[in-house]
Amino acid sequence: MNISRRGALKVAAFGAATAAGARKAEAREKKTAPPDATGMLYDATLCIGCKACVAACRDANDLELEKSSTLYDDPVDLSANTCNIIKLYDGGGDGEAQVSFVKQQCMHCIDPACAAACMMGSFQKRQNGIVTWKPERCIGCRYCQVACPFNIPKFEWDSPIPAMVKCQMCLAKAGTTEEGQLNEVGQPACTEVCPREAVIYGPYEELKAEALRRIAENPDRYEDHVYGLEEVGGTQVLYLTSKGVPFSKLGLPELGPEPVPALPVGLQHTIYKGFIAPIAVYGIVAGLVWRTRRKSDAAGEEVGA
Amino acid sequence: MKNGHGVPRPVGGPIMTPVMKLCLALAGITTLLLIYRFLVGLGPVTNMTDGHPWGLWIAFDVVTGTALACGGYAVALLIYVFNKGKYHPLIRSAILTSALGYTLGAIGVIIDLGRPWWTWKLPIFFWTWNLDSVQLEVALCIMLYTAVLWIEMAPVFMERWEQEDDKPRLQEFSRKWTPILMKAMPWLIALGIVLPTMHQSSLGSMILLAGPKLHPLWLTPWLPFFFLVSCIAMGYGMVVLETMWSRTVYSRYRETSVLSALSRAMVVVLLTWVGVRLFDVIASGKSAYLFNLDRFSILFWLEVLLFLAPAIILMLKPTRTDRDRGRLFMASGMMVTAGMLHRFTAYWFAYNPGDHWNLYFPSMFEIFVTVGLIAAEVAAFMYIIKKFPILTGRPSAALPT
Repeated sequence: MNISRRGALKVAAFGAATAAGARKAEAREKKTAPPDATGMLYDATLCIGCKACVAACRDANDLELEKSSTLYDDPVDLSANTCNIIKLYDGGGDGEAQVSFVKQQCMHCIDPACAAACMMGSFQKRQNGIVTWKPERCIGCRYCQVACPFNIPKFEWDSPIPAMVKCQMCLAKAGTTEEGQLNEVGQPACTEVCPREAVIYGPYEELKAEALRRIAENPDRYEDHVYGLEEVGGTQVLYLTSKGVPFSKLGLPELGPEPVPALPVGLQHTIYKGFIAPIAVYGIVAGLVWRTRRKSDAAGEEVGA
Repeated sequence: MKNGHGVPRPVGGPIMTPVMKLCLALAGITTLLLIYRFLVGLGPVTNMTDGHPWGLWIAFDVVTGTALACGGYAVALLIYVFNKGKYHPLIRSAILTSALGYTLGAIGVIIDLGRPWWTWKLPIFFWTWNLDSVQLEVALCIMLYTAVLWIEMAPVFMERWEQEDDKPRLQEFSRKWTPILMKAMPWLIALGIVLPTMHQSSLGSMILLAGPKLHPLWLTPWLPFFFLVSCIAMGYGMVVLETMWSRTVYSRYRETSVLSALSRAMVVVLLTWVGVRLFDVIASGKSAYLFNLDRFSILFWLEVLLFLAPAIILMLKPTRTDRDRGRLFMASGMMVTAGMLHRFTAYWFAYNPGDHWNLYFPSMFEIFVTVGLIAAEVAAFMYIIKKFPILTGRPSAALPT
């Protein structure tokens, strides 16, 4: 029983370290948007579902048409060929408030789970806090897809040399001007073409203020909630929705204020802080192995691998 | 051990048995399937989707396969950390199974990766490492541990090559390197204990990044602990099953006392797992999920039952008859199943990307590739134990019982 007791102690010791990690993980520093952060604000009350943004996105990013049925280009969801989509929520009632469009694309999280997942930093927050993907260091493990709470990164399943595809706010495609703005017209393709300015592009702080201003001015028109201010630690794409149509109806998941990477990354950094624990454990184990072998050498036993 | 049972010897006998032929055929067909997979991409041959980007190859080949291959880790822990030299007759076959299992896991990853041609950058381009990525640690650890396992096996191969007089180069190589390796061995063995402790627990941390997509019963900071403890139970279970298997198939005489003494340690491991699992769910205020009677609560209770039942079986009073061996076999099978279920659930059943995604079930292609990889592993194991000194114990017929 000697083994069991000591075994239990050692297992418990590692467990305690793990648990201590868990406690501290909650204290992981909360990230804020970079000072030059830009973003998008989508106002569902203004969108008329013309899908000009869907076509513009396709053009700007050289994405192939979706041939899912006999209609011309009718994507039903985001995919490796569709980085931006307009969907319709139909509540089935008579009132206008029961129907709403919604635009979906990458949320450009302030603390993105895809970037936390990515082993060699293919996914990173780059200029203006925009999350982009670079092909040179992606090995196609798809951990980003597992991590993303919005299911945004898409994989080219039908290609032998697949890429990860998602909205990069046209940054990678267009490059930036000297002022740090996006392209010649200074914005992504979707906001550029929107005829009703239902989706607008701009500095993140200004968009936040604008969203709150719209709710304050028209409290009867909007749900009193800006989606993306708090969700998963904040996203650089913000949403407003019509009164009576909660965000969950628009396919935007109900998420808490905790960034998704907080738990695993906090846990990992606590257990492996300074790489002290693994080195210490290695030292102890090496000592134990050495002791065992010296003893068995003395006893004339063969203890090899 | 004093009467020579402890000396490992090659099993010998014909290589091309019917089982071997079957394994090679399955592995051969899998090779052809894999050529096709790399020509057409993952979509046409697997049932994985953007909603379920990880399928059988990750959930089984990597996450579960490496844990099933933790026999080497579990036995090394006993011998060196808990100072129980009597388990030594088990170590060679345990390390061999581990080396083969981890190699299978590594091959499984390469098959599953969309862009495997950049994998070589991973251990080299250290300035690109994202230290936030739990998967980075898992990947590097598994790469290194697989190498360590084969180096730990090397003296066994060289022991045989030293006697090959018709291959002077191999003989010279072995004679030169064996003493060097034996000197380095304690440091390697220590590495062989630390690395699995790291990455087997981190496999638990890794899936926590699924966050809200993982059911709350599995989204717990204790998941790395559960993964670590259960991989030890799975490792012991596999060592017992494998020992009993080689005993039956190759008629090896084995001291059952070695195996049954192992079971005392297992009771503690299993009860710790169950205790912490229940405590965590209650302490974190998730007990309401336990009685929902949905598939998640059922999976949870099934997990707990599968970890608890073998502990109870192993605590039964020994009868000193053949029944003890039956119990040990049953308990080991349950432990292995318990760990498998826990991993499958965390990486597959409890992962829900949203209700509009269909549930994932592997395609025939995915299943066949996994079966083919296992067949290749079994073939390699059979070949190596016949040619090299792995198994201890003499054929039971040669011994008075």
